[in-house]
Amino acid sequence: MDIRSSDAIVVTEGLRKRFGRTQALAGLDLAVPAGTIFGVLGPNGAGKTTAIRILATLTTVDEGRATVAGYDVVRQSRQVRRHIRLTGQHAALDEDLTGRENLYIFARLLHLRRAEARRRAEELLERFGLADAADRLVRTYSGGMRRRLDLISSMLVPPAVLFLDEPTTGLDPRSRNEIWDTTRELVAQGATVLLTTQYLAEADQLAQHIAVIDGGRVIASGAPKELKARIGGRIDVVVHADHDIDVAQRALAGMARVAPDVDHDQRRLSVPFGSESMSLPEVVRRLDAAGVNPADVAVRLPTLDEVFLTLTDAAAGSDDRNPATRL
Amino acid sequence: MTVIDTAGTGNRGLIRLGHGLSDGMMIAYRNLSQLRHSPGAIIGTIAFPLAFVLLFGYVFGSAISVGDGANYREYLMPGLFVMGITMGTMSSMIVVAADNGRGVMDRLRSMPIARSAVPFGQTASDLIIAAATLAIMAATGLLVGWRAQNGLGSAVAAFGLLLLLQYAMSWIGVYIGSLVKDEEAGAKLGPVMMPVTMLSNVFVPTDGMPTVLRVIAEWNPVSAATAACRELFGNPGAPAADAAWPLAHPVLATVGWCTLLLAVLVPLTVRRFSRAHDGG
Repeated sequence: MDIRSSDAIVVTEGLRKRFGRTQALAGLDLAVPAGTIFGVLGPNGAGKTTAIRILATLTTVDEGRATVAGYDVVRQSRQVRRHIRLTGQHAALDEDLTGRENLYIFARLLHLRRAEARRRAEELLERFGLADAADRLVRTYSGGMRRRLDLISSMLVPPAVLFLDEPTTGLDPRSRNEIWDTTRELVAQGATVLLTTQYLAEADQLAQHIAVIDGGRVIASGAPKELKARIGGRIDVVVHADHDIDVAQRALAGMARVAPDVDHDQRRLSVPFGSESMSLPEVVRRLDAAGVNPADVAVRLPTLDEVFLTLTDAAAGSDDRNPATRL
Repeated sequence: MTVIDTAGTGNRGLIRLGHGLSDGMMIAYRNLSQLRHSPGAIIGTIAFPLAFVLLFGYVFGSAISVGDGANYREYLMPGLFVMGITMGTMSSMIVVAADNGRGVMDRLRSMPIARSAVPFGQTASDLIIAAATLAIMAATGLLVGWRAQNGLGSAVAAFGLLLLLQYAMSWIGVYIGSLVKDEEAGAKLGPVMMPVTMLSNVFVPTDGMPTVLRVIAEWNPVSAATAACRELFGNPGAPAADAAWPLAHPVLATVGWCTLLLAVLVPLTVRRFSRAHDGG
């Protein structure tokens, strides 16, 4: 990744933050290019939410600095707030108000005039499929509807930067897809989105740039494609019969540097992805040549666990203590 | 209202003050709108003081004698007004705690609004709700035989004092609420208000209490406010001649308590809402 700070709309430099004995951020460096979705990927406790809270001027900074839209989050917090919206982990809504009232009140707090606030609320409810539920109390909304309302209330007056803190945690797949679509549409209107997530698939779906963070600092960053190539996905092959396992294993041997993992119960072979010779058509060709008719062949993203194992192993086995710079 | 945010000069300062005022009004509007949608809360607001008057007036009144053949309900009403207000502190606290827990506070604090508008708006809506509650209590009181004996002027002064007390207490609620993680944690603090109201002259005169309790009860702002209302409404229950200073000068003491509370809590609360901090 090569983004100079001057092109970036959100910048953090050596951000450190400690809560009691927990070092939440240990020198976080981020540069988020304007007009993109930037994914911050990490497990629970990696410092994602702390970073967002600092950028949204909610939490103090111990060391380092951060700017949003060119304004310092500590010294110019008022100007920063004029350019951001925050959609946190909870749907930050009034349960005892209707969807329409929630939007109206937030619009008025953003200093839209009454008629304009009503019009804008109506427009967003319509466009994001909440018109039918507009006059129901938010208390009666499903989790997905709440998140969507929460998200669009951040867009009443489109901000320069939208912070989305784990927007789909706890949602079912359908609601998750709706949130993804909504997010893409928001970016199409010109916003920059800084998204935190625990799901590699989510970062892969949405983000143009990903920073993987662990222990309060970036351990790898780059475009999803670069990261995936680096971390290596897997190709899973499931065969019909037990005797096919050995045949398939021989056919696939030599494709990757390591031998395929075999799960005999599931009749599944899993080959790490990443080397040049490795591709889905090549796998299918080899299986075909060996006379194996697979039940299923699929490219699978590594799980977050695998991402971390790979990245932390790489960091531990390397003299370069900052693997982020190698991408 | 949000004088704190008018750091700018000239027009910018005025615009900011204007925004601060309208932000505060929107927050108050939001809280009152919530009430409109929850019939439970409205019934609670009406039924709670009503039940108070009837329950304490007749159940306790049947057994407690306050001397001189005075009517216990006459004695009780000023105390119930004060108690209703003190209990209201809890609901302010829980509203703010719930907003904390749901992330509403984070959203509001990350928006381009005057951050002090949040506590000012909250306490303003609390004041409006409390005024309605007091009106219902007073009407119920009139039905069960309570009267303001000293004329309209004193009665208005008494209600003014009650609203001042309410405003100060509501800042306590908002401040504590802003320190609490969520609604559940807030609800756990609920029982704390009980001894604060009970350890006073609300239900019985303080002169019969053991010395330690009597000192605490007589210095309790709840007692001063109750005694002040009894004095202004002309209701029975004048404090004993040897009562502590706040009971001997109840109106002055109540105004003093409220001023002190506001002088400490308003800056503390505004600071809590305005600055970045580490809490949830």
